[in-house]
Amino acid sequence: MPHHGVLTMKESKKIKLDEHIVEFVCDAGEGAQKAAVSFAKVSAKMGNSLWTVEIIPSEIQPPPHTMGSTSGNRIRLSSKTVTNGGNLTNVVVAFNEMNLLSRIKGKMLADDVVVIIDNKWANDPDETIRKQYREILDELKAKGADIYEVPIEEKTMTLIDNPQRGKNMVALGMLGYLYTRDMDILADEIRSIFKKKSKEIQDNNVALLTLGYELAKETINFQYVIESTPFKVPMVAMNGNEAVALGAVAAGFEHCSMYPITPATSATHALSEYFGRMGGIVHQAEDEIAAIGVALGSYYAGRTTLTITSGPGMALKTEFLGLTVMTETPLVVVNVQRGGPSTGLPTKIEQGDLLSSLFSTPGDAPKVIMAPTDIEECYHVMITARKIAEEFRMLVIVLTDANLATGTQLYPRPKLSTESFPPPMDMSPIPVGTKPYDWDEETGLSRRIIPGQPGGMCRTTSLNHSPEGKVNHDPDMNQKAHRMRSRKLMTLQKSLKKPEVYGDKEGDLLVVSWGSLKGPIDEAVDNLRKEGKKVGAISLQFLSPFPPGLKEIFSKYKKVMVVELNYSDDWDDPMVNEDTRRYSQLSMLLRSHTLVDVDCFTRVYGRPLMPMEIYDALSKRLAQK
Amino acid sequence: MEALQLEEYIEEQCELKTYTLEDYEGDVPRWCKGCGDFGILSSVQKLLRDDQVAPESVVAVSGIGCSSRFPHYLNTYGFHGIHGRAMTIATGVKLGRPDLKVLVTMGDGDCFSIGGGHWLHSMRYNTDLTVIVMDNEIYALTKNQVSPTTHCGTSTNTTPHGAVLKEMNVLSVMLGITNTSFLAQTASWTPGHLDKTIKAAWNHKGTSFVRVLQKCPIFSPQAFGQDGKVKAPFTFLRDENGIPVDKVFEKMAPVIDHNCKDLDAAKKIAMMEETSSPLGLLYHNPSIPTYEESLHATADKITPEEKVVRLNEELDKYTI
Repeated sequence: MPHHGVLTMKESKKIKLDEHIVEFVCDAGEGAQKAAVSFAKVSAKMGNSLWTVEIIPSEIQPPPHTMGSTSGNRIRLSSKTVTNGGNLTNVVVAFNEMNLLSRIKGKMLADDVVVIIDNKWANDPDETIRKQYREILDELKAKGADIYEVPIEEKTMTLIDNPQRGKNMVALGMLGYLYTRDMDILADEIRSIFKKKSKEIQDNNVALLTLGYELAKETINFQYVIESTPFKVPMVAMNGNEAVALGAVAAGFEHCSMYPITPATSATHALSEYFGRMGGIVHQAEDEIAAIGVALGSYYAGRTTLTITSGPGMALKTEFLGLTVMTETPLVVVNVQRGGPSTGLPTKIEQGDLLSSLFSTPGDAPKVIMAPTDIEECYHVMITARKIAEEFRMLVIVLTDANLATGTQLYPRPKLSTESFPPPMDMSPIPVGTKPYDWDEETGLSRRIIPGQPGGMCRTTSLNHSPEGKVNHDPDMNQKAHRMRSRKLMTLQKSLKKPEVYGDKEGDLLVVSWGSLKGPIDEAVDNLRKEGKKVGAISLQFLSPFPPGLKEIFSKYKKVMVVELNYSDDWDDPMVNEDTRRYSQLSMLLRSHTLVDVDCFTRVYGRPLMPMEIYDALSKRLAQK
Repeated sequence: MEALQLEEYIEEQCELKTYTLEDYEGDVPRWCKGCGDFGILSSVQKLLRDDQVAPESVVAVSGIGCSSRFPHYLNTYGFHGIHGRAMTIATGVKLGRPDLKVLVTMGDGDCFSIGGGHWLHSMRYNTDLTVIVMDNEIYALTKNQVSPTTHCGTSTNTTPHGAVLKEMNVLSVMLGITNTSFLAQTASWTPGHLDKTIKAAWNHKGTSFVRVLQKCPIFSPQAFGQDGKVKAPFTFLRDENGIPVDKVFEKMAPVIDHNCKDLDAAKKIAMMEETSSPLGLLYHNPSIPTYEESLHATADKITPEEKVVRLNEELDKYTI
């Protein structure tokens, strides 16, 4: 290992690992996030795959030294590709015992977790703090934790006066030692973070880093080695909201009309950042309704426009979703799902908006629904969504979630070209007699006319209308207009591929999912197959229309089961039976779509399911009759 | 080639086509006999003809209600939207396509009630829109319910014993909003004044708001005086920068001098609701920047190729 100048190597036990999960938590403002991001970046540079999750306090200035003030990052490092946040945490670095307690209460820590904690609280003048510090650590120890109480703050103060401004660097140095990180790369990374500051500040921070490294070496007699191979292609690291925003620019979107809502807003922050240089604009509307109204008006007028929101915002946009379908105006709506109903869990994940996205509008409103399964797909889905919206004159709803929005993943850097942009706006004259809804009887498709095209003057109306765009109350015409809008969905369906099965192509159990659960489900399937179980999984990128061949795939398995993150009744609830059970959202759709007895396992914990939790649920289902 | 055909050909080739009123006629209007909406439609059509505006360069946007059928009757591009949301769609059209002229028609319920939030904020955006609210002080299409501008005591289907609330002073509301740049009031039965007001609004850059007082011949014939006979509660505003007041109007109602550049004077006039409804240009400030200009000024104009270059630069920031 190349090492930083002043360091000398002492023998420590090297533990080889395929992967590990490490958390770094502190009070808001103590810098764990900054340090953890640097750690993740350096690990990626060395060739580890990773998935990071932000640990965010729900208030802006929570009282310090409380569970609610806990802020930081959770990083899954691996020698192989990572598609999700993984199982329980193996190592946690905490600046105080309440930060640690919040992770214990969240049931995130493995029993044999390695804990590195600042020992200053052991001698705190406040007896309550001394007591709770000891109790929390004793309880963890009893379960099997390996605890290192380290004078992090005390040591920090040997170099600087204000430990709040540097102990994160000391902790980062400790992690650098523990995971045998290349300290030169880490030091370079720290210098680049402080590149706008003076050389003295840079030097101080590198000194703190080195101090942490030495401190860990004195305290911990082992080091982890996660094999890393530098990537062959350039990789990018970003969160799902940034991927949606960059994907939107790559797709040729020029306008975004939005209203602030967690956890979607950061995607529009990113767009606001990019758009100025990319020739686009972001309009922050007066409310969620206006946000989609402006987007629709803009797209109607020929400008490629999107709106981004979350569940409560979707609810407010409902009438406009219907108008979009009725007027056959292209539009892309991104819904970064959070916990519901109502305000629910604003910062946390749920996959609860599938049915409301499909059915919220009055009447029948066929629309396309897509769901990216990881952060890389968050980028690419935007290009496909834009193309479908324009070619089919349809509403496309993209369902991501809070987990994708704030998680960070590494993926191959996308190749860019002008081909992903829409063609220049059509301003050619419209031949006399052209109808604005000149539906092709077979496909339901019709040519879109854009305001400004000479000779194309026509009316676009929310009322039922004839191919000429005129208000029409005729029974047959209403039937036909509905049929034509539905036909477009079938036309799209014909172009979709049969979903690819992960794992066994036939066997005892098929797991069906959508969105960001694909990663942990695939891992659970891997583990079951290692035990000889015949299990397969499919993930649906299109929820409307469904891809072809589902019934046929389902017929190859004894049991079919949906795993998703929305509420359903558990079979072992005493009130639950065939008459009373409420199924999960995707399972309801699949049951009606295929007439197969699709079961479901769902949880609304406000976090992704871990591969091991899914493994348990699938094992249980396999064991049942 | 016959002479007539040749003339048409030359006109087309040289883009010298002269638009006539017929060029702006859409479907045959289906408003009730005696409805003021007819006059507004004809006013707009005359304006487009006079200015020789290419029909394809105009988008008429509306919400829901009698007034919102307007786009169907005008042969331009038209978007007949949903109740209360016309301003949002129109804002989108103009932000997306600053090259298009956008006309918005709404009713009093559409604009001041269900669309109230959008109304206020759109005034502040000052997007370049010509907004006409056809205010008959009643919900007509849904059959006679009280609206925000229905006068207190008026009997409607939802207030059979008389409306209990005092009507909303929409003029003073708008004069209290930052960036209100053009506010005029006219009436459907003062045709010359209506034409001139709509024309002034059309020529203003920014959100030009015109409230047209009118009666619904079916549900509010009593509005603004019995049987539409104009007695009193009007005052014409005389202003060299405003809407000219014809001699004939001077006999109908009092005329007062006003300076439409003076916001405080406009507010005072707007507050005179007890005695008189002002007809004319209440306030005009052409120097307030439009929203689309301000917003688009933040965006670089670049080619698709340059966009790829810049997008690659953004990706560099995320590259490990």
